[in-house]
Amino acid sequence: MIEVESTLVLIAKAIVIFLVVLTVIPILTLVERKLMGRFHSRYGPNRVGPKGLLQPLADALKLLSKEQSAPETAVPWMMALAPAIAIASGTATLAIIPWGPFDAWGGDFGLYGIDVPIAILYFLAFGSLSFYAFLLGGWSSGSKYSFLGSMRSAAQLISYEVSLGLSLIGVVMTAGSLSLVDIVESQSNIWYVVPQFAGFCIFMVAAFAESARAPFDLPEADSELVAGYNTEFGGMRFGSFLFAEYIEMIAIAAIATACFLGGWRGPGPEALAPLWTALKIGGFLFLFIWVRFTLPRLRYDQLMSFGWKLLLPLATLNLLVTAIVLVVT
Amino acid sequence: MAGWRDDAIQVPRGPEPGGLGAVYRTFGETLRGLRTTFGRIVEGPHVIQYPEEKTPVYPRFRGRHKLHRFEDTGLEKCVGCSLCAAACPAKCIRVVAAENTPENQVSAGERYAAVYEINLTRCIFCGYCEVACPFDAITMGNDYELSDYSRSDLIFTKEMLLADPPEHTPLRLEGE
Repeated sequence: MIEVESTLVLIAKAIVIFLVVLTVIPILTLVERKLMGRFHSRYGPNRVGPKGLLQPLADALKLLSKEQSAPETAVPWMMALAPAIAIASGTATLAIIPWGPFDAWGGDFGLYGIDVPIAILYFLAFGSLSFYAFLLGGWSSGSKYSFLGSMRSAAQLISYEVSLGLSLIGVVMTAGSLSLVDIVESQSNIWYVVPQFAGFCIFMVAAFAESARAPFDLPEADSELVAGYNTEFGGMRFGSFLFAEYIEMIAIAAIATACFLGGWRGPGPEALAPLWTALKIGGFLFLFIWVRFTLPRLRYDQLMSFGWKLLLPLATLNLLVTAIVLVVT
Repeated sequence: MAGWRDDAIQVPRGPEPGGLGAVYRTFGETLRGLRTTFGRIVEGPHVIQYPEEKTPVYPRFRGRHKLHRFEDTGLEKCVGCSLCAAACPAKCIRVVAAENTPENQVSAGERYAAVYEINLTRCIFCGYCEVACPFDAITMGNDYELSDYSRSDLIFTKEMLLADPPEHTPLRLEGE
């Protein structure tokens, strides 16, 4: 059931979501770099400010004060547009993340941006939109290497989008709804990570590829392929791509939380719902970072054959088995 | 020809790639890798915060050279024989000797080094100068913080080599 909220509440929630994301991303970059240090048996950034806490500020200042250079062959307006698409499509996904049920904090508002009846579709759609950021970014750079990089990224994202969608359909069929709030509500007995464990594993692998994180970070394989689509971007435009990647990471972690880990469910009163959601999302983010420093990057042909020859058949099989089990019971 | 195979060693081969076994092994190895990296977090950092913390060097550590004086008379030990310059494989030592006079007694011998320069941008810190010196006038010190803003600042003169370093490099005992 979709609760109706006033426009004012929706606007207020949009502002809150934007502010929270804009605050969380710099913190997340710091946390990632700090954790990277710990994984490497070192401290990580600890020079700027107390314990290095002001490092994101210094990074932002550096990016903002850098020159926005572009090759002569570039298409300037499109080059400006690409990072904006990346940020917008990422942030749009955050609107549907359920942080708590409708009346968790009293009052006539739910702890989510908006509860759309097609939430999963919405998530996949905006995930697909972020291809355009990569494609346009690489193509409008006017550099053939950027273009090759963007083709590589787009091919990867499209390949893994299929498995991502298929692994979520198992959850959708079990819950009987595309709305994330309904999906969380239907996990009152058991979190879907148990009955849909195969789907969860497939989703996680595809999620790594979809958010372009290691071991599938070929779109910006910084150490051997020199980024790719974002090579020609400098300053805050490059920063925006980076920002969008982190937004995507949070969005996917949130979708995983809602679809497989029972969303806001946890012990304690219902008012604690956002806390549980945040904790679960934080756990996923830690996993993302943890895996990044454990697994080596895949080769491109390995990436493709893994996606199409292993992940896709597995996802289809999972879907079939889920369908059969649902029909039988 | 009997027994010509006896030297052959069986080389263990990895399991065949592909199949369900490979999937299982990959999964297991992934988990093992995750455990390994997480162990680093549990273990904590192994870092020496260098400018604030320093590892002590051993006394045998060959750092920046020192020229020495006699402790009782205060005269320089160096007599300007240029043996160090001759021994130097990098040709970074320049010595110009001059005669001691009764009014100007600089060293204990007949002559002294009027100019004694070591070009530390060329020095390879081999310590041959120390070995070559018949009077133990030049020894390798323990200072290794030698960076500077220009190359000419790294040509150390006799006064700089004779002076005590402003900051003493922490030392540790042999075998510590």
